[in-house]
Amino acid sequence: MSTQRFGERVPRLNDAKLLRGQGCYVDDVPLPGAYHAVFLRSPFARARILSIDASAAREHPSVAAVYTCDDLGPLDQPLPMLSPHPAIIAARTQRPLARDEVFHVGQTVAMVIAVDRYTAEDALRLIDADYEPLPVTVDLASAAAPGAHPVHPDLTDNIVGHFAQRSGDPDGAFAKAEHVTSLRVRMDRSTAAPIETRAIAARWEAATGELTVWDTTQAPISIRDGLASILGLEENKLRVIAPDVGGGFGQKVMLFYPEEILVPWAAMRLARPVKYVEDRTENFIGSSQERTQIHEIQLAATKDGTVIGLKDSFLHDSGAFAPYGIEVPRVSASAIAGPYRIPNVDVEFKAIYTPTVPVTPFRGSGRPHACFALERAMDQLADELGLDRFELRRRNLIGPDEFPYVREGLKYVDDGTITYDSGQYPKALAMIEEAIDLERFRREKDAAAKEGRYLGLGLAFYMECTGLGPYDGCRIRVHPATGKVSVNTGLASQGQGHETVFAQIAADRLGVPIEDVIVAQGDTAAFDRGGGSHSSRSAVVGGNAVHKAAVRVRAQILETAARLMAVPEESLELADGRVTVKGANRFMTLAEIAIAANPLSSPFDRPAEVVSQYGTAGQELVTVGEGRAPGIEASAYYSPSASPWAYGVHAAIVEVDPDLCSIAFKRYLSVHDCGKMINPTIVEGQMIGGIAQGIGGAFYERLDYDEDGIITNASFMEFLMPYATEVPKIEIMHLETPSPANPLGIKGAGEAGTIAVPAVVASAVEDALKPLGVGRFHHAPLSPNMIFEAITRARAKAGG
Amino acid sequence: MTGRSAEAPSAEASERSSDPRLLLRLTVNGAEIEREVSPRLLLSDFLRHELGLTGTHVGCEQGVCGCCTVMIDGRAARSCLALAVQADGATIRTIEDVASADGTLHPIQQAFQECHGLQCGFCTPGFIMGVLSHFEEARMPDLSEDGIREMLSGNLCRCTGYQHIVAAVRRAARLMNLDGPEKG
Ligand code: FES
Ligand code: FES
Repeated sequence: MSTQRFGERVPRLNDAKLLRGQGCYVDDVPLPGAYHAVFLRSPFARARILSIDASAAREHPSVAAVYTCDDLGPLDQPLPMLSPHPAIIAARTQRPLARDEVFHVGQTVAMVIAVDRYTAEDALRLIDADYEPLPVTVDLASAAAPGAHPVHPDLTDNIVGHFAQRSGDPDGAFAKAEHVTSLRVRMDRSTAAPIETRAIAARWEAATGELTVWDTTQAPISIRDGLASILGLEENKLRVIAPDVGGGFGQKVMLFYPEEILVPWAAMRLARPVKYVEDRTENFIGSSQERTQIHEIQLAATKDGTVIGLKDSFLHDSGAFAPYGIEVPRVSASAIAGPYRIPNVDVEFKAIYTPTVPVTPFRGSGRPHACFALERAMDQLADELGLDRFELRRRNLIGPDEFPYVREGLKYVDDGTITYDSGQYPKALAMIEEAIDLERFRREKDAAAKEGRYLGLGLAFYMECTGLGPYDGCRIRVHPATGKVSVNTGLASQGQGHETVFAQIAADRLGVPIEDVIVAQGDTAAFDRGGGSHSSRSAVVGGNAVHKAAVRVRAQILETAARLMAVPEESLELADGRVTVKGANRFMTLAEIAIAANPLSSPFDRPAEVVSQYGTAGQELVTVGEGRAPGIEASAYYSPSASPWAYGVHAAIVEVDPDLCSIAFKRYLSVHDCGKMINPTIVEGQMIGGIAQGIGGAFYERLDYDEDGIITNASFMEFLMPYATEVPKIEIMHLETPSPANPLGIKGAGEAGTIAVPAVVASAVEDALKPLGVGRFHHAPLSPNMIFEAITRARAKAGG
Repeated sequence: MTGRSAEAPSAEASERSSDPRLLLRLTVNGAEIEREVSPRLLLSDFLRHELGLTGTHVGCEQGVCGCCTVMIDGRAARSCLALAVQADGATIRTIEDVASADGTLHPIQQAFQECHGLQCGFCTPGFIMGVLSHFEEARMPDLSEDGIREMLSGNLCRCTGYQHIVAAVRRAARLMNLDGPEKG
């Protein structure tokens, strides 16, 4: 048997080309003669468009076209609403180009196509657009309050939807409570900021009626399906390729960004390739954002620290449009009770329009907010009850023998009842407790205090429902000439390493060296049924589809070899790219078997001759069996019937400088459980990367909207993302509880890292500053200013 | 829609912009290049779109992310902050010239592969050019944790959280014998 590759630290298979600078990202696709598109974007949050005069731009000799909504014909209609739900009261989506009014700074108003980007930008300045600004309410709480200016003129308020769900008897629990803790927490607006901005290129072949689109999307199949319907093309005439993509984190999955429709459409109209590459400023004002929520959360507890009830009521900022309906806040609502038993839960929210960039999922998707609310509440409860933070959590964590743990009445976004599948939550807590070495921490904290330095310990648990359906698929084929194995899936990678982990799964089942597995993805010509890469689903849903297809192909190989060699299947062994008769010196290579399983009228070599009409094989080999494909090939689809819940716990030791109001991480620790790991190195990369992004969201990255709805820090110079100097060394500890929810026992790992960090950092800073009498930190991201104000308040109180 | 159609007559714009052109002579990855370019063309765009050296990436055009880092006359520089015409007479080295001609990875590249120092790979060429120039300039690079992080502090990566990049730099220094005499 070949060595087992599942679970091994296999080096990634596609690194070399990326390292040599030979990756092919959308803007690298050679498209001779391509025009470039640029967009006129609204400078106002809300305004009436009085006029757009594009005549001077159109007369520019190097401009091919200038389009406004009037030129779009049937395309001039609101884009699809992707997640309908009965709790949605007013669904509004944007049009490809604004008509009559604009709803956020950055909204697309006109598209200019010219010979190059420089010229196209010159022409933008020749467009004379006249607006009448309208009053706005930008702040979330104000936008939700009576008297706010409605974002959409046909509505009287800003409510997208109102959702409520409950489990158990929360009112009864609060009536019985011996102690209730209440708090209001808030998280601010942020953005994924992938280092590659969005880009779209399209080429139309008039002669064949084929359209090829290169798109930095996380979901090429969805884009293909949607574009085919919008452009009136047959699916097989439209190929969407997500080539190498430079990070996505949720921002690159939308149906549709206006540019994703308009660029292919323009390529068809002009019969020339057209390319659009977003610039960094546009990424800040034209690509989805996430995060703002305000929670009012309460925990009902007994004196001994058993949490018997939870009530949470929150506001969610949807931005100007709601293409994903109420999906993000529904994820928050589903995650609100975390890893604790809390049998009685009442959660409700209102999603609110504000005249800002639309909100769609960003790594973590609603969970960092829920985690922040719950974990800050747990810390506060512990303090109020005089209990240790670890002890309070220990008393409430669901035990390893309590699975499946069902929260009757609470639903996930797929409408399945929340059911935790497996885990060892108390063990995770014990592991982190031990790794921190609390005794040592206390000694260091005391020693630091003597020098006027403040050390604090932060702690937070997180949960993540992963592997969202509905399904994904895989087609595996053994190549006749080479014996290499093609694994084609419908997923797309933005750096997660699918090509390696899928190859590991297939190599094990098929007994081939991993180098002989060729994974194709991100291209509808490779596979064109399935979802996309988001919701921590690729490894779970795609990986299990690869597994299923590989099991089928393995059976075909053995069955075919048994017939060809006229031996019973049980006597065969599949390893090292060949099938061997056990104990005998007879074998066939996979290439030979693949040739033999594909009956030909004209054989091109010896193995092919055996199964041809001239050959010696029996009749049944010369036909393709019922229900079989010729050759060695099988497809399979995996549709999850249960969701695997990943979880983990993070802790940090930070030093807060009360004079500079800065923080420095002394240690950052994480215990996580994503079920069976296919490749621990890749999992660690996902965890560390997620935590780094979480650190950005905990202390650095806040998009500052002013009261007119203008982002005042829409550049890398002003929106501060952590460099290597801001991110500490992260200590990762693995815990592997196989998930019973799927054949491979895996859980998703893509988003987990980000979720707990804001809660951990707030918890640590609060702990550090307790000796100064500084209060609570209930607002993320934290900032030096918040620390300064908290210390000043505390000092004033102490002095007065 | 008013008057003139949205599209130029027969949808034909001129084949190239009406910008004036200046003659540019420089050496890129050992090859002598002579081109007429628009005076406002960025060096990053010149390398990527005129020469097809698309391994140099553009992440911000604001001089912050470091993706576009190349070596100009032996020193790391951000090609998005320079005009192509400013590089007249210069010698430029890009990521395409780092591995050997037969494709063998440079030790820095090899270390990035071994240490999982890249995920999406978009920032990677910029990091490699930065580290390469650092290693070539500093005879004794500071290979402490803080020293390496400082060395990397001109480049943004949104995927890796930097930790594996730090490990890759340490590994590369080992492979290149830059880490001093082997310890115990
Ligand atoms: S593209 Fe040059 S520094 Fe970002
Ligand atoms: S690997 Fe994706 S930005 Fe660095």
